[in-house]
Amino acid sequence: MLARAITFALVGLEPRRVEAEAFVQEAVPAFVLVGLVDRACQEAKHRVRTSLKAARLRWPGRVTVNLAPAELKKEGSGFDLPIALALLAASGQVPRERLAEHASCGELALDGRLRRVNGVLGVAEGARRAGLPRIICARDACAEAALAGVEPVGVEHLSEAVAYLCGELEAPVFARGNGQPRSVALDLADVRGQERARRALELAAAGGHNMLLGGPPGIGKTMLARRLPGILPPLGEEAALEVTRIHSVAGLVDPTHPLIERPPFRAPHHSASTAAIVGGGPRLRPGEASLAHRGVLLLDELAEFQRPTLEALRQPLEDGEILVARAAGSARFPAQFRLLGTMNLCPCGARGDPGAQCTCSPQRISSYRARLSRALLDRFDIVVTVPRPRAAELQAAAGEPSKHVRARVAAARRRLSDAPPARTDAADKVLTRAVERLRLSGRGRAKVAAVARTIAALAEAEAVEPAHVAEALTYRAPPELTA
Amino acid sequence: MRCLRRHQLPQLLRAIHDPPRRLYLRGEAGADLLEEKAVAVVGARACSPYGAQVGRMLGRELASAGLVVVSGLARGVDGEAHRGALAADGRTVAVLGCGIDRDYPAAHAWLARAIAERCLIASEYEPGVPPEPFRFPARNRIVAGLCLATIVVEARARSGALITADFALEEGREVFAVPGEITSSLSAGTNALLRLGATPLTSADDVLEALGIEPPVREAPTHPLLQLLPATADELVQATGSSAAETAAALAELEVNGLVAEADGMYRALA
Repeated sequence: MLARAITFALVGLEPRRVEAEAFVQEAVPAFVLVGLVDRACQEAKHRVRTSLKAARLRWPGRVTVNLAPAELKKEGSGFDLPIALALLAASGQVPRERLAEHASCGELALDGRLRRVNGVLGVAEGARRAGLPRIICARDACAEAALAGVEPVGVEHLSEAVAYLCGELEAPVFARGNGQPRSVALDLADVRGQERARRALELAAAGGHNMLLGGPPGIGKTMLARRLPGILPPLGEEAALEVTRIHSVAGLVDPTHPLIERPPFRAPHHSASTAAIVGGGPRLRPGEASLAHRGVLLLDELAEFQRPTLEALRQPLEDGEILVARAAGSARFPAQFRLLGTMNLCPCGARGDPGAQCTCSPQRISSYRARLSRALLDRFDIVVTVPRPRAAELQAAAGEPSKHVRARVAAARRRLSDAPPARTDAADKVLTRAVERLRLSGRGRAKVAAVARTIAALAEAEAVEPAHVAEALTYRAPPELTA
Repeated sequence: MRCLRRHQLPQLLRAIHDPPRRLYLRGEAGADLLEEKAVAVVGARACSPYGAQVGRMLGRELASAGLVVVSGLARGVDGEAHRGALAADGRTVAVLGCGIDRDYPAAHAWLARAIAERCLIASEYEPGVPPEPFRFPARNRIVAGLCLATIVVEARARSGALITADFALEEGREVFAVPGEITSSLSAGTNALLRLGATPLTSADDVLEALGIEPPVREAPTHPLLQLLPATADELVQATGSSAAETAAALAELEVNGLVAEADGMYRALA
């Protein structure tokens, strides 16, 4: 007897249809699993066998399971449930026709309980595209599966799935809704003083500019950077789904409210490898740059990152996506993030601090700064140097709270996308003069023009005025970084 | 590229104790540029933002008064003096301690190009001679020798810039030193020069006066922000009560007009 269960394997983020075909013979009990399966998948044999026993189901004899197409590499434990259901259908313990109307995915525990696996959203999307209305999955994966627009059938135990397919049990009703997110964004009100850096942060949020914060240690560069997500407007429906899909594959979604509605924030440590940042590895996982899609990628201590890692970021910064090609295949991961970097002004860190004397030689400083290539520096529209604030500033009143800033940012973004302001003739003149006097390159000029546009949009101005261009000029990269 | 033999050297340089046998020249300007009234602006390579600011300011103001600014193309004060002179559309001469065809330090290759486009680069070494430590003091005697006066902007206790000043004193030329904080090791050399009797330099006009040149009349910049400098942008926001955006726009305006410069987040007045 032959039977099939349908599931989906994810190649990168892309679901591919996989059929678990089971063939059962009356013979000495045995279990053969074929179809280019990896270690975790091969172990499914043992989990399925003990689960059947725990669910008091009959082991049918000699079982051969093929995961088709055999050319596609199958990874992970999500195939446990389809394998079990296929062999139950092949041995007549669940109706075959009814099983064919469902997709399924989930890992079996030794006692027959069902566990959720990573990437449920992708599998459910595959089911929707294949025209399958329902997906059988673990109960705590229901909220995630429902995001794809299919009806999740949440079960806690293999025997529950069998009862449901046999019509002995109604599909448990699933209540839609995305609960309250756990994490509360950090508030800008905590930052005292630092007017210039705050302003730059607001501009970066409004215009989607990449930003580099420089300054001596301990002045709150990281503190400021961590508050950028809090002033970004929430993600739209489409964007939220994109982000959730990536995080689902990486196993980072919260089962109770899976939809990620706030822009993600990722801050990998500077010891991170290139594969960890841009994605890849033997299993084609999304990297930090993709996890920061539609959000913020903070590279704290930018100059401490390995140079190849930083250079690898140039392509996603340009194209908004990463194509990872490995022996295992190739995958495309979206990576439209805004890059936020922080760095000291010199290796010893004393530069920019009036209370300390820098002991770095000019050679050391230039080799420190040379760790960032010009090409990478060119991607930063806004470069701000923040010197150490004086004690008086630290006693200043609490800053403006994030929600006020967020409202301005959202308004400016709408203005920029609906009708971006154009430069007046007077503003053009200022820009031309600045190019001559401050020796701006062509790209430098374009960056100043873009930032000036954001400034005008934030100021609710009809056009880009000379004052907007002038302010934008102060965010250009200092010549010692670009020379 | 040209080469001056000993008898073709400018008068001032020929007059020193051991003038170079040859002087190689590179650049668009004629050799007669070396005959013009010149001052040397020299100082530490690892200078402070203060030293860089003063070097740039002297380069600019002396060049705009018509003097030729001579220096050694080194990092720090030397480079700033050349840059200042170029920014004022003035004339400047860089004297190298290596072959005339080499750009040393490499970081100043573009500065060397900019100088060669309008002014002169000079060296007593034939093309291909590598830069070596013992050549720099020798180079310094040419820097001092070409000039009526030598200005030391910032120098540690045993600095190459002091060697230049020694050469200038030996030849009986004027030596100026820029006073610095007594606690700063970068000013130890210049303050020692002052103690030995060098003329303290408080503005570019001090040099012009000593050389008998009428200082050009400059309109004093009156922008209110200039009174508050040096300061960071945040300090200006605090002091003036205007927004970060307005302050930044005003500072950029001043920067484009060449009145302020920013280094490591600190804004300084250039005038």
